[in-house]
This record gives sequence, structure tokens and C-alpha cells, in this order.
Amino acid sequence: MGFQPIKFYQTGTYTVGNRLLSPDQRSVQAAESRSNSINSGHRACQGCGEALGARYAIDAAMAESHNRLIAVNATGCLEVFSTPYPESSWQVPWIHSVFGNAPAVATGIAAAMKVKGKTDVRVVAQGGDGGTTDIGFGCLSGMFERNDDVLYICYDNQAYMNTGVQRSSATPPAARTATTMPVGPEPGNPFGQGKNLPEIAMAHGIPYVATATVADLRDLEYKVRRAMRMRGARYIHLFVPCPLGWGTASHDTIRIARLAKESGLFPVFEAEHGEVRSVLKIRRKVRVEEYLMPQKRFAHLFGSHPHPEMVIRIQEIADRNIRKYGLLDEEEAA
Amino acid sequence: MIKPFAITLKPGTSLSNLTGTWRTERPVYLDRLPPCNNACPAGENIQGWLYHAESGDYEQAWRMLVEENPFPAVMGRVCYHPCEDQCNRGKLDSPVGINSVERFLGDEAIRRGWKFSEPPDSSGKKVLIVGAGPSGLSAAYHLARMGHGVEIQEAGPMAGGMMRFGIPKYRLPRDVLDAEVKRILDLGVRLRLNSRVENISASMQGFDAAFLAVGAHIAKRAFIPAGDAAHVVDAVSLLHSMEGEERPMLGRRVVVYGGGNTAIDVARTARRLGATDAIIVYRRTREKMPAHDFEVEEALQEGVMIKWLSAIRQADEGQLTVEKMVLDDKGMPQPTGEFEKMEADTLVLALGQDVDLTLLEGVPNLEIRNGTVQVSGNMMTGFPGLFAGGDMVMSERSVTVAAGHGKKAARHIDAYLRGAAYEPHSKHELADFGKLNTWYYSDADKTVRPMLDIIRRQTSFDEVQGGLNESNALFEARRCMSCGNCFECDNCYGVCPDNAVIKLGPGKRFKFNYDYCKGCGLCAAECPCGAIKMVPEEI
Repeated sequence: MGFQPIKFYQTGTYTVGNRLLSPDQRSVQAAESRSNSINSGHRACQGCGEALGARYAIDAAMAESHNRLIAVNATGCLEVFSTPYPESSWQVPWIHSVFGNAPAVATGIAAAMKVKGKTDVRVVAQGGDGGTTDIGFGCLSGMFERNDDVLYICYDNQAYMNTGVQRSSATPPAARTATTMPVGPEPGNPFGQGKNLPEIAMAHGIPYVATATVADLRDLEYKVRRAMRMRGARYIHLFVPCPLGWGTASHDTIRIARLAKESGLFPVFEAEHGEVRSVLKIRRKVRVEEYLMPQKRFAHLFGSHPHPEMVIRIQEIADRNIRKYGLLDEEEAA
Repeated sequence: MIKPFAITLKPGTSLSNLTGTWRTERPVYLDRLPPCNNACPAGENIQGWLYHAESGDYEQAWRMLVEENPFPAVMGRVCYHPCEDQCNRGKLDSPVGINSVERFLGDEAIRRGWKFSEPPDSSGKKVLIVGAGPSGLSAAYHLARMGHGVEIQEAGPMAGGMMRFGIPKYRLPRDVLDAEVKRILDLGVRLRLNSRVENISASMQGFDAAFLAVGAHIAKRAFIPAGDAAHVVDAVSLLHSMEGEERPMLGRRVVVYGGGNTAIDVARTARRLGATDAIIVYRRTREKMPAHDFEVEEALQEGVMIKWLSAIRQADEGQLTVEKMVLDDKGMPQPTGEFEKMEADTLVLALGQDVDLTLLEGVPNLEIRNGTVQVSGNMMTGFPGLFAGGDMVMSERSVTVAAGHGKKAARHIDAYLRGAAYEPHSKHELADFGKLNTWYYSDADKTVRPMLDIIRRQTSFDEVQGGLNESNALFEARRCMSCGNCFECDNCYGVCPDNAVIKLGPGKRFKFNYDYCKGCGLCAAECPCGAIKMVPEEI
């Protein structure tokens, strides 16, 4: 009888692969033939979420574009640890721009390909949250506004990590960084500041905006492949925990990303032309403490001089996300 | 080549940078012992055969199952499945229905006529087995598969032992039992029925070893003064007589004395024979009752009544005298001096069974304790070459335990015949719930087996519990979490940020590339089934 049509009951869609699935249903990462766009020997820290996220995303983009892909990289961890010039881990055509202009460089490459008639060659630009939400923001907004044919992927680890963990506009409230120290009556990064870039991208009305985490490979691959099937400006915001900057154990990277999604602090959704089309529901809801406590950057919220009132405010952020995006099934929300 | 300012590396790939040197801990693949396998009295590799069932390869699953136990269709009906009690999935939603999948495989084997693989060439050795119950048949099966000549001598008129004469048909249809017994005999095992062994020393002549598995067929007695006209029978003979042509006459009101599974079997049998009232009288409470809870529940559904905290003191024609009991601090029943009368056409005593040890008379160096034969760890009695198992040795008395004894004895007998000692494999460490990452298992509740409707359960001996069909058996098999054993989900291969896991292809699992593995531990943390362990590097 061989394969049954699946719903597969042993592992669900949560594992990377599954021997019971027919080959066309398997993930890119399960294949021995995956492109390994970023190769072994890179200098990322143990358990780096960004290295993992970049391979997940670019491998999927490679598969969808039949390996006709050029990747542009803003300055940041990903560039530094992968390419101490002239050595590189990249196994795709890859160009390093400066910190702030990756979207503009990508726009130029896309235009060049168009002029040369190579419309099958696709362009991906990528950067960290610093290069995206702060320094590259002007170029990115322009790229969105012109609807240039580029998929921009932001690897969000919520601070400037390779320069020594300084705050960015993606750093969450209360988090300790080198520039938001845990001192004073409201320690860590202030509440009420920073940017929500997925929503800013949506406000440009571009064809596709999505968020994803390294904890759900299948969702991430689906979104990259879907984005690659579209033309015009597309944006994927990928949540990648940083063991060094967040003070988490290297083996916890995926768990932390999962807890961010399950607590509601990082809503996972996709939007087209400014309109949310689907959300990834919370499967096993957790309180924000479960997400915060394993991270040393939030250690000052707990311990001998705790700040429960700040934890409550963080929980309110999660609850607001849950309401806003409908992250819980009806009966659970009731 | 003159390098530009501040450039130290050569052009090339990062593969020249062996990041494995960063590592302080290394991941290693291992197989851990699934709790189901650990709990199985017959030593089945449950996780192993479920793995094959998951891909729909039922024949391979069945073949793996019968490596350890030749009775899957019987087990799938009568085993009390301690495996399911220990199943890690029980801590997540509900245990995998191992027993129901086992029955499905057993029934499928009978339906499709699957045969055991041919035994190897004869070893020239001969083994006598006394008793054709689950233990004796299991030993015969394993010895035959090792190439030894086997003869079973059975006192009764049919093979099966307590599977036939103790377990009612509504739990184990006889065609199922017959099919699984026949498959064992087809291996060339010789079965001599109606041949009681009176003296084992004499009967052993001409054999290289013997395995005793005569069971426990003598009903335990309790002193209950009974009038001449009182109708008192024992449970063993009653259940035994159910195999004959004539159905026993019990009357309309049947009282069963005892609290074990046999008492339940008798009461449910009495209902089916037409008793309007089948009442179990037990000295203690439901919590203290040795019978399994689901059997008690099924009996109550069929209208069996249970009188708790009561002891029978006297039996007269049509009437019993019952004394109320209370439990003391130790949970033991104590008399209260309060008596009452109960009507009863028949009183059935189900107070446990003893072993008939007369065949052992005159055998030197045997040790008998509490009415059972003492055996050492290799199942051998004090007399060299004489082994024993099943209900006649000290252990829990169940079909599954007996089948396990048969297998264990067969291995030791085989070693004994070769003049060697059998060394069991050392057990892997246990894959307990804490070793799993259950996020990766999707939610899927247990499949409930269909039950016969209640009217037919009270009036016929049709089988009460139905089986699974092919699609829900597959569903149930796929609920297995494969605790402690890699099922090739590709998680380690996927989650490694350093591409340091090498996928070896279907069925070949994975290996680590320690040149690049930084030892972050993500693979071990995200392995759903706990088949990766982090061990410190020697530094």
C-alpha cells in the first residue's frame, strides 16, 4: 500500500523531514541535495540563529529559482562571520554592499538583469535588523516604494551583535544591551520606542510581507518560496535568536524562537498588498516569563530585585499581538 | 602573492576553517531503550515493529514482532499491555494503542497466511517440553527456530493451556488460538496430547533437556462449611468445562467468590450462560482488587454486580451466609460479626490456583517454595538440564509473562545444549519522557476499538472487543514517538547551523562531521525522540 495521503500522525508537519512523506512534500532542508548556500567553517557563534536562518532562507530561494540567484548582503554579523575577505562560506553569487545600501545595490542588480534580458535571475537582499531598520531604512523604503523586483530578508536578532550588542530600533523593551544597561527605575531598553518594520513594509502596499522564525522551518520555506514566485518588492522578517547577545544557551536557539511565537511576542503572519492574509496560530500558549527567563538580557526583570510591573507590560504587548492578529483559535481565546 | 593591507587569509572557501576545534561537547547518536520495550514481559521490540507498521509494511512488522513472541493475535486480545502503561505518549495525550496494533498484525498474519521462516538445519539435540500452554509453546517455538528437535507432552486433549481452558471465548476466539498454535507446530514441533507426564525423571530419558510448564490448574480452597445440597464449584473446573460439549448448569443466581481476573471471567461467563444475577463477593474494596480495572468495568457494563467487603462463611442449598468486613490499617479485611443471608443457586470459588507438583517427585536437588518451583536466573531448576517456567514458577501469572518465560528458557536451554552460558545484551539506557522533545509530535488521540453491543455481550460468547482496520491501525502505529530510536525525521540534519550533520540516505541514518561541529547542542535539543546525547570532549 506504500504511502497514504497524509496528515501524518507520527510527527506532524513540525519536523524537518519525514520518511513517510512523498518526496514532493518534503522540505528543502531535508534533501541531501540542498544547496547549503552558506557552507561549513563559517565563524558564527555556536548555535547561531542567523547562520541557520540564512541557510534555511537562501536554500529555499535557490530551490525556487532553480539556482539562478544573486544575494546581496548588508554589513552585519552575517557578512562578517561568513566572509572574512577574501575567504567566504557562500556558495551562491554573493555581493557585500556597505551597511546602509543593500536594498539600493539589489535594486541595481535587478535592473541590470532586466536590461540584459536575464529575467530568470532573481535577486535577494539580506541584512540584520541594524542594517534594515536603522541604517538601511531609507534605501529599503525607496526600494519598496518603487516596487523593485527584490526579495529583502531581514534577519532580526534585535541588536547590533557583531559590534558588541548595541541597541537597534528592533531591540525589545526592557532588554539589556551594551547601550541600554539594566540600571535605574526602568532598566534596559525603554518601552514605547523602536520600529515595527513588517507593519511599515505593509504600509508601502508592496505585494508580499511575511514574518517567520527559525523554529518553524516549513512555514519559513513556504513563505520564501511563495515570495520567490512573485515579482516586485517583497519583504520577509525572520526572527533569529542570538545566543551571545541574548545570553541564552547555544542549544536553546530554536526553543527561544518557538517561545517568542507561542507567547505572542513575535506574531507570525503573511500579508499581501498591505493586508494580513494568514497567521500562524499559537499551538501551546505560554506566558511571556517562559520566553524571558532563559535570556540573560532580561535577567534584571527577575531575581533578587525583580520588576514584575515590567513583565506585566511585556505580557500586555503579547496580549495585544494575540488580539490584533488573532493568534489564538476561537475557543482558546474565549 | 603579495596580500593587500590587513588581509591575512587566502582566497577560498571557509571549509579550510575547521570549526570543530571550538567544541567542548560533542553530540553522539545512540539508541535508548523505549519504555514500552522495557515493560514488555515477553521482551518484544515494540518500537521496532511499530516502525515498520508506520510505513504500512505489516509483514515486516509482524516478522519483527514474532522474533520475540509467536502469539501476536492472542496477545492483542488477552495481554494486559504493561507497555501502554509505560508509554511516553500517555504523558502527552494517551498511550499508543500498542495492543490493538499487535492484534491487527496478528489477525493480518492469519488472514494472509504468513508463515514463520524455515528453521535452520537440525542441531541433533532433543528437548522435552511438558505442557502446551503459552510458556511451553513459546519455548517450543524458539527452540525449533534454533534448530533443536522439540516434543511437547500435554496432559489435556487440546493445546493452549490456560489460553484455552482459562480464558473465555468472548475474550479469545478459539479459531485465533488454533491458528497461532498450528503455525508453531508447522515448524516441526511434535505435540503429544492426552499424555500426562507422571514422573519427569523417567520421561526425560532420551532427551537432552526438558522444560516444565504445566501451569497452575489446581483451584485453591477455602474452608467454607457447606450443606449437602449446596452447589459449590471451583472456577478452574468451571472455565475448563466451557470447552466441552455440555454447558455447565449454574442456575439463575450465581455468586463468585474472589477478586482476581478469574472471578471476573467466571461472572461474565455466568451472565452469558443465562444467569440473571451474577454477583462477585470480595473481601476488600475495588481499589484493593487484583483484577484489572478495565475488566471490572466491562463486567459492570454487562450487569455483573459486586459485593465489596464481604466474606462467605457458609453455603447451604440456595442460600449463603455472608459476613461484613472492614479494612484495617494495613488494608487487610477484618470480620465485624455482622452477618447476612444471600440467595445463590451456585457458588463458584475463584480464590487462585496452585501448581500440581506430583510429576517432580524423586527429582534430586529441587527446591519447592510456596508451592512453586524455584529456578535460577537462567530458568534452570536445581536439577541440571531441567528448566521450568510459566505459572509454575514464582512470578506474575499472565499469558505474556509465560510467553516471555518460554523465550528466556529457550535461550538458556540452547546455551546449555551447546555447553555455554547465554549472555543477554546489556540494556540501553531508558528513553524516559524527559529525553524527548514532544513539540514535534502532532496532536492525535488514541483510536478506540469498537465494542460489541451490550445485549450480545450478555447473551453470547462472541468476541467483545473489535479490532482495528488497516487505516486506523496505521494511524495508531504512527502515533508512536519512537522514543530513544532515530526515525530519520531529518531534524538534526536541518537544525545544524554549521552543516555538520551528514545524511547517509534512507534507512542509514546520519553521522556527524566533527571537523565542523561546534558542539552547540541544537541537534540534541531538537531531536524529537532523544536519540542524540551530548558528551564532554576530552580536553
